[in-house]
Amino acid sequence: MLGLDDPFVLTAYLGIIALAVLSILYGLIRRNAARDEVTDEDRQWALEEKKVDDEF
Amino acid sequence: MPDHASVGWIDIIVILAYLSVTAYLGWLGYRGTRSAADFLVGGRSAHPVIMAVSYGATFISTAAIVGFGGVAGLFGMSLLWLTFLNIGVGILIAFIVLGEPTRRLGHHLGAHTFPELLGQRYQSRGIQIFAGVLIFLFMPLYAAAVMTGGSVFAATQFGIDFEVALLIFALITAAYVIPGGIKAVMYTDTFQGFVMVLAMIFLLVFTYSSLGGVTEAHQYLTDMEAMVPAPLAQIGHQGWTEMPAFGWGAPTYDLWWIVVTAIILGVGIGVLAQPQLAVRFMTVRSRRELDRAVPIGAIFIMLMTGTPFLVGSLSNAWFAQNGPILNGKVIQELDAEKNQALVELMQQTDSGAWTAIINPKTQAPATAALIVSERQEAEEASGTRFELVGGRSSAVTYVKGDADTIIPTFISTALPHWFGAIFFLALLAAAMSTMSSQFHTIGTAAGRDLYERIGTKGQPREPSLLVMRLAIVVGLLIAVTISYTVRQEYIVARFTAIFFGLCAAAFLPAYIGGLFSRRVTKAGALASMTVGLVVSLFWLLLVKAKEASAIGLVQLVTGGKTSLLADYPNWPSVDPIVVALPAALLTLILVSAFTRPPAAEHLDRCFPETR
Repeated sequence: MLGLDDPFVLTAYLGIIALAVLSILYGLIRRNAARDEVTDEDRQWALEEKKVDDEF
Repeated sequence: MPDHASVGWIDIIVILAYLSVTAYLGWLGYRGTRSAADFLVGGRSAHPVIMAVSYGATFISTAAIVGFGGVAGLFGMSLLWLTFLNIGVGILIAFIVLGEPTRRLGHHLGAHTFPELLGQRYQSRGIQIFAGVLIFLFMPLYAAAVMTGGSVFAATQFGIDFEVALLIFALITAAYVIPGGIKAVMYTDTFQGFVMVLAMIFLLVFTYSSLGGVTEAHQYLTDMEAMVPAPLAQIGHQGWTEMPAFGWGAPTYDLWWIVVTAIILGVGIGVLAQPQLAVRFMTVRSRRELDRAVPIGAIFIMLMTGTPFLVGSLSNAWFAQNGPILNGKVIQELDAEKNQALVELMQQTDSGAWTAIINPKTQAPATAALIVSERQEAEEASGTRFELVGGRSSAVTYVKGDADTIIPTFISTALPHWFGAIFFLALLAAAMSTMSSQFHTIGTAAGRDLYERIGTKGQPREPSLLVMRLAIVVGLLIAVTISYTVRQEYIVARFTAIFFGLCAAAFLPAYIGGLFSRRVTKAGALASMTVGLVVSLFWLLLVKAKEASAIGLVQLVTGGKTSLLADYPNWPSVDPIVVALPAALLTLILVSAFTRPPAAEHLDRCFPETR
């Protein structure tokens, strides 16, 4: 199949495509499933990160 | 080889256009939102495409494209399993399983670097310093891999010496990372990511179409199995579309252990414990952003690794159909039906007679497997008449077995020159985005995790930007020195695999245990990290033949052997990760079982959701 006689290589080739499709499906299904809120702790963390980054 | 190496006016226009767009986007970024932290501070969400592509651009570099693509040219499509793991582990498991817990833990503890995350989680200054030292010492090895990959490509594409290309590459890197270019300007990263994606799509389509289609290209390569060079066939290479021979206890299985344990497992699993990638999860706004980034990340990684691995392998078929004609004398028919023969290579002297080409390594006549397309009568220098054959060979023959030059040689020979310029820019972008995060990690490891933590009388010191910048300069100098001095077989991929394997063995059990288990203890984590590092280094210095013999200690210890286990076939080909990672994991479990668990208040701070 596809000119690849070794089943292990063929599995890797098709497996890559299957994983990519699975990832797309996951992204579509979970698009709005998780909560999306920024807490004060998150914001505080980002301010510190930005400070270090800007000084750098 | 045809000489394609020069810089034309079209190249200059392409390069200038690319740099102008990058500069414009950089300027736009500097005026407003530029880094992931800016998005978070503003309470806004980075578009999932931006998040995924900038993560991917940090992950993918010249090491993957030139280094591992070249290894695929040498060893074949078994490397597709690495792409499989890169998506399955590097994207799916990393984003879905580790991403959110890392983000939450980092924010709860106020950690900003990977060593700080481990140190705070286990309430251990020692763990933070240990991790900082490991990163500071070994990250330059990975940076050297990226730099060598870029320099080999530039040298081939523009026809300059490797040393000159390395110097230019080092200067560009220094200009980029030392004065502050290391701030992650996400729009620029994303634009560069898109250029890489388009370049990879073009490369893949061009390669398949020039070989007559997907199935035809694969079939042609499958039919070349008899042409595998003898030194590779002797260690188990069965063809470029086949897995290496699997087994244990004979040298004919060495390649399987090299490809599967070092190339595929080392990098495929090691990605989970990459410090510069793990901290990326902390800059994400929420779980939802991670979920949305999964599809783009997967497709990006599929193109960025799958394409070079396929093209690297298929370059053997392309050269067998389109490469320059080589001449010589048949010494063995390999497959008469397919006109494949092992040929002693010859060149014509000024007098018109033919003489053997001498292999400088073996000082014996050079041989290669050719697909013979022409035969004629000719005369040797001694006056003897013989049948001179002409034909084409695999890419491995044309690059004289140097895997690192397979992708650059294929692109400079097979593709239009303007594409070479674009591809070079895409590679430069890939290298810069990876190296900026590498040197950022080196700088913060030295400044934040070492200098600040190793304070006077146990008191933390004030942060020092000077220390960070000095560490970056030192790291850069070490990386350039390594790139300059070490030029061996597929060194780009090997350096990368060593660093990824070390990170996996030293960090992965403690990192995953710290994210998911309340029972893992400080002593368990520290013991696990120590065992992972010590076993890996022991294996690299004394057992794994390629690395150990290059370093030289094993010859002193054993009186000239290349491995402590040189008399036991296959052991010297096994990667350290196979031994060191299970040992580190076992240590984590056993030591944690016999030591006192962390205080409940601390665990509540780490995991308030499960209080």
